[in-house]
Amino acid sequence: MNKLITKIGNLQFENPTILASGIMGEDAGSMNRIIASGAGGIVTKSIGIIPRTGYPNPTFVELEHGLLNAMGLPNPGIDAFSEELQQLTKTKTPIIGSIYGANSEEFINLAQKMESYKVDAIELNVSCPHAKRFGLEVGSDPVLLQEITNAVKQSVHIPVFVKLSPNVTSIADIASAAEKGGADAIVAINTVKAMKINIELQRPILANKIGGYSGKAIKPIGVRCVYEIAERVQIPIIGAGGITDGKDVIEYIMAGATAVQIGSAVYYRDIDVFKKICNECTTWLHEHNVKKLSELVGVAHT
Amino acid sequence: MNQPRITEICSIKKEAENIFSIAFDDPRDIKPGQFYMIWIPGVDEIPMSVSSITDTTKMITFRILGDATKALASLHTYDKIGIRGPYGNGFTIAGKSLLFVGGGTGVAMLAPAVEEALRKKIKTTVIIGTKTESEIFFDQRLHQQGAHVLITTDDGSRGIKGFASDLAKDILEKEQFDGVLTCGPEIMMKKLLTVCDHLNFQASLERYMKCAVGICGQCCIGEGMRVCVEGPVFDKQSLKKFFDFGIYTRDASGKKIKF
Repeated sequence: MNKLITKIGNLQFENPTILASGIMGEDAGSMNRIIASGAGGIVTKSIGIIPRTGYPNPTFVELEHGLLNAMGLPNPGIDAFSEELQQLTKTKTPIIGSIYGANSEEFINLAQKMESYKVDAIELNVSCPHAKRFGLEVGSDPVLLQEITNAVKQSVHIPVFVKLSPNVTSIADIASAAEKGGADAIVAINTVKAMKINIELQRPILANKIGGYSGKAIKPIGVRCVYEIAERVQIPIIGAGGITDGKDVIEYIMAGATAVQIGSAVYYRDIDVFKKICNECTTWLHEHNVKKLSELVGVAHT
Repeated sequence: MNQPRITEICSIKKEAENIFSIAFDDPRDIKPGQFYMIWIPGVDEIPMSVSSITDTTKMITFRILGDATKALASLHTYDKIGIRGPYGNGFTIAGKSLLFVGGGTGVAMLAPAVEEALRKKIKTTVIIGTKTESEIFFDQRLHQQGAHVLITTDDGSRGIKGFASDLAKDILEKEQFDGVLTCGPEIMMKKLLTVCDHLNFQASLERYMKCAVGICGQCCIGEGMRVCVEGPVFDKQSLKKFFDFGIYTRDASGKKIKF
């Protein structure tokens, strides 16, 4: 029996490990490779209306306990992206199209195109910490977020996930706004705003100066956010942030997540990290005599 | 840790028309074919293969093409740059007789591989192909080390008039080689691949890079092969599987750019 099968609404995932947006999700070849390496689902790179080159390099630096990046949402634009999705090998693995926009009209346009490309769900990126006009400026305003979520929900027939940022005063309030807007699931968290200064050159390393911090260092923040959101909303939560091994997945599930997204761990443990993490989860469940992962969702809320 | 180490430039030298070499302090081991991410503070960070290796210093060689290479060429001794790496896999240098084919600035990253082959007492032939005479460099360096160096230019201003890949094809028909190692325009390398079916073949590819550590996906080719991790040097079996090899590359946005 597959102990790891996960359901979010009507969508079924063979296992709870979903590739997070922004990691190898820009072209069909990469996505095919990630599917073959055992991911339960894939979120594409965030796609906008027009092509965007992102920021100049350096866009990435490794820090003591995590990774810092400011890519600046590079993507070829929604029209060019149709070709990539057409070239995806047909599988049962759900594909989630991530989109970012500056207003409801853009989000609606993107969501409808994504749906026409046959993705299985939409993820609204309203939490990029380093893209002006896009991302966090939408995701830190509950009124705007509810309006955009609602607008997208009304315009497509597939599930809509909303990915939230921890860089807000109350992530539970924001999650609640997304739920009121009709979101089918909350994804928490995106990266944490951070910075690295090279002291010899006395200047920030990233060209954009400020970036988003991911990896092990942010796991406690992610777990806290999922826990807080779970106390406020009824819809499923997809946990993200620093998940590197099976125990991290179990912890997020206990905090209230139904599934998880994996990003930086591709760096720490390479592309077959999905299989490795799933094996670790299965072993843990066996050792603790738990029949299936879904039994653990939210058990830490006593 | 994958973050820039700050190093001083030891020397900067003009090699040919628009082509410069910069040497900097770095005691780390690097294999021929591997690359650094070179940070030019305030300008950009770009991948550069090593063009000369000593225990204490390493060198990169480049053509001025855009803002980053223009800024690099205007640096001086003792100026500071950041280096990350070395990254990638590098060449496998084995056999009794090897043919190296460098198109344009491709010979820059082949040079340390040629030198390793010569140190291993491998019979070494190098074809350097450029558009015109003023763009030729490293011919003397490789000749003096003992390589058999042949030159082609598109306009016939020096050496044989024509393409490096055509000369390679002629030589491969006449002489026995155990392998071909190449770097240059992808179309040239693809042409070469078609005549190297019976040989060990390795080509070094170039793609737009951001993270250089295998997560951003910007440099992927074929079925998600990362030029920064699984490459930049790929063998014949891999290259044959890459449906996009010699067909298109991608710009900073990920948009396809046909060759």
